[in-house]
Amino acid sequence: MTLVPDFSVQRVFVEPWTTEIGTHGMMALVTFLVGATCGLVGNFLILRRMALMGDAVSHSVLPGIAVAFLWTGSRGIGAMVLGAFVAAFATHLLIEAITRHSRVRPDAAIGIAFSTLFALGVVLVAVFADRVDLDQDCVLNGDLPMIPLEPPVRLGSLSLGPPPLVRLAGLLAASVLLLVLFYKELMLTSFDPGLAAGLGLPVRAVHHGLMLWLALSVVASFEAVGAILVIALLILPGATAALLTERMVPRLVLGTVHAALSAVGGMHLSVALDCSPAGAAVVAGAVWFTAAWLFSPTAGLVPRWWRAWRAT
Amino acid sequence: MTGPATPQAPCRPHDRRRPRVCRSVSGWLVAALWLASAGVLHAAKIGDLTEVRWTEQAARFLSMADPAVRHACLGTVLLGVSCGLLGGFLVVRRMALLGDALSHAVLPGVALGFLWNLEKDPLAIFVGALVAGLAGSAVVSWITRTTRLKEDTALGMVLATFFGAGLCLLSMFQRLPTGNKSGIESFLFGQAAALGPGDLQLMGAVTALVVGMLALGYKEFLLVSFDPGFARVLALPTRRLERVLLLLLAFAVVAALQAVGVVLVSAMLIIPAATASLLTDRFHRMLLWSAAIGAVSGLSGAFLSFLGTRLPTGPFMVLSAGVLFGLALLLSPRHGIGPRWIRQRSQRHRVARENTLKAIYQVLESGGFSSEVVPVEALASRRRVDRQAALREVGSLVRAQLATLSDDAVALTPSGWQGACAIVRNHRLWELYLTHAAQIAPDHVHDDAEKIEHVLGEATVRELERRLPRADVDPHGRPIPSVPAADPAMGRRGASATAGDRPVGYGGRS
Repeated sequence: MTLVPDFSVQRVFVEPWTTEIGTHGMMALVTFLVGATCGLVGNFLILRRMALMGDAVSHSVLPGIAVAFLWTGSRGIGAMVLGAFVAAFATHLLIEAITRHSRVRPDAAIGIAFSTLFALGVVLVAVFADRVDLDQDCVLNGDLPMIPLEPPVRLGSLSLGPPPLVRLAGLLAASVLLLVLFYKELMLTSFDPGLAAGLGLPVRAVHHGLMLWLALSVVASFEAVGAILVIALLILPGATAALLTERMVPRLVLGTVHAALSAVGGMHLSVALDCSPAGAAVVAGAVWFTAAWLFSPTAGLVPRWWRAWRAT
Repeated sequence: MTGPATPQAPCRPHDRRRPRVCRSVSGWLVAALWLASAGVLHAAKIGDLTEVRWTEQAARFLSMADPAVRHACLGTVLLGVSCGLLGGFLVVRRMALLGDALSHAVLPGVALGFLWNLEKDPLAIFVGALVAGLAGSAVVSWITRTTRLKEDTALGMVLATFFGAGLCLLSMFQRLPTGNKSGIESFLFGQAAALGPGDLQLMGAVTALVVGMLALGYKEFLLVSFDPGFARVLALPTRRLERVLLLLLAFAVVAALQAVGVVLVSAMLIIPAATASLLTDRFHRMLLWSAAIGAVSGLSGAFLSFLGTRLPTGPFMVLSAGVLFGLALLLSPRHGIGPRWIRQRSQRHRVARENTLKAIYQVLESGGFSSEVVPVEALASRRRVDRQAALREVGSLVRAQLATLSDDAVALTPSGWQGACAIVRNHRLWELYLTHAAQIAPDHVHDDAEKIEHVLGEATVRELERRLPRADVDPHGRPIPSVPAADPAMGRRGASATAGDRPVGYGGRS
């Protein structure tokens, strides 16, 4: 048994698109939907320098999800979303309370709140291991390989696909719709909160709405990629796009393209190495980010070195 | 006094603020109880869920007969000390999240360390993890230097990407048939029971190194952390010192991995140090507290995870640290929410009593001090409250033995009279000071005096008396009373103020 399976073009590059499309293709599609949904939110998080709120929320939904599992004994989406919301909201309150009522700085407060809640979640999962359909591995890695095996959602005679896929597709559609409707408000409150408040825009409501959107995206992604890798899928698309363009709409589009490329690259990587598909998607996303970092025409390192070398 | 509405002005904000404080405090209590009960409940549940009886396990742990238990205890204490000490620097430098990124970034190094000879070799894992962690922090600083991405974005990205790469490698190992694969899983959430003599030697060496370096260069590290600009002016090698700190941090994180796990080691850096910062204001004491809290939470994590089979140590450790933080946040004598709330409440009550005393004095004054008692109605109309509220206010004076109440009339006791004179004197002296020394118009000084009268200390009053040579009449033409001696034999008649009296000093001194 070797660590890396033998490479063959047929197995790595052809089969995922042909005979294995039902499993690997499906996993790649779910990964893309996660990356696209999270990437949209992530773009705004990066813009508002709130990237670490993504970190905090993704860690802290775990106890909520675990309690919801314990309570209902199943992966009921309603209870899970509710539990995760309560946990995310509790984190928000904890961070606010710690920073307001003590001299602990916000960065430490974020670290304390989310790691304590995450620890609580892991303890719940570990202690009630036989009653929770959720293990420590799933918390870290997600459960991507199981998703194609779930019984599909049926609408009449039409099979729409496994429940997580349908949920993510619905969330992505809703996200795009909300983004179109509230684009102006989001942009203005992100770039110039003072002006936005002066114009009478509800700056705090937009902030809370964004947090809600973030929590929804994280919860919907939990089953696919777990609680930690989602941070990469939140930040990588937006960060890569930010290196390529300065305008927001192209950034959002490029972020979605990045999500698609990461999903496809991750699929091939995970087939080639026979490793965790969610981890492979993150690695593929990091490769695309590195490519943009090196070769972006405007901000890339190589064009900059080239220009500097030409100038001497 | 300037206007009839003003005497109650200072009370209002306090009254309004009170419910909000109550609510937030009770919210905190609930949160803390929830956190505290979480640990206890699970400890109680473990027995029914796993076949091992938790009481037996507890007895086994406490007897310390088992070498694995002794190793786990020693290891978690060493971990708590080294992480606690370095966490102190992270917290005061506001770099808590760098610790987070660095500790997640070590995972691929752990996996590669395993790959070295496909077994749990502490040294190979140590080196691999150290290289990966330092590479992660180098990539963070490289990204922030060469792109326009901000530090938070770079930290989050590096953290999750390195972690993802590590998970990929781990998932590849899991296919291997070797019996050692279970060893690597314990690196994710920690397993103190798996600490071997090799791990302990490594942890002991790292802790000794951390303690030694910090003791040797304490002054320099302190200066670089609190005032890097000044450190540079003193020609200290700031960059080198910062690198040494980062290196020590990486050492501590990597040595702690087996016991606490990759995912939560950053919490053992931040939480003990933040807890310590609530307990003391001096940095060296904070470091000692932080090390102690780290050691205690490490030990209790090892104990709790020992109660069941295959329970991870890291989450229990972090949960214990979180409970300690919650306790410090609520109960710390200096910075705790509870003691602070009690102090604020007692101050609010004192202010309320002083306002009542002042109103009684004013009613007596308006009658030319001809009567010794004040009807409750008169007090109520002066305080602009209804009869019930006035009775409550008088009740609190009676409880403090500042006044007596009989037949709906209030009489001040000697100490009450003293307090009333002192507060009115404070108020009028301050008004006089503002009009004389600060040239503020007499109709603008009352509100300020309403606030400051409660907090003027004896020293400040003496200073005011020194600066105001003829402090007998306030800007509104009312006499400034002197404060009678505490001795009741002096009687209040003799000390009652009239415009002609030369004011005597605070507490009866001239």
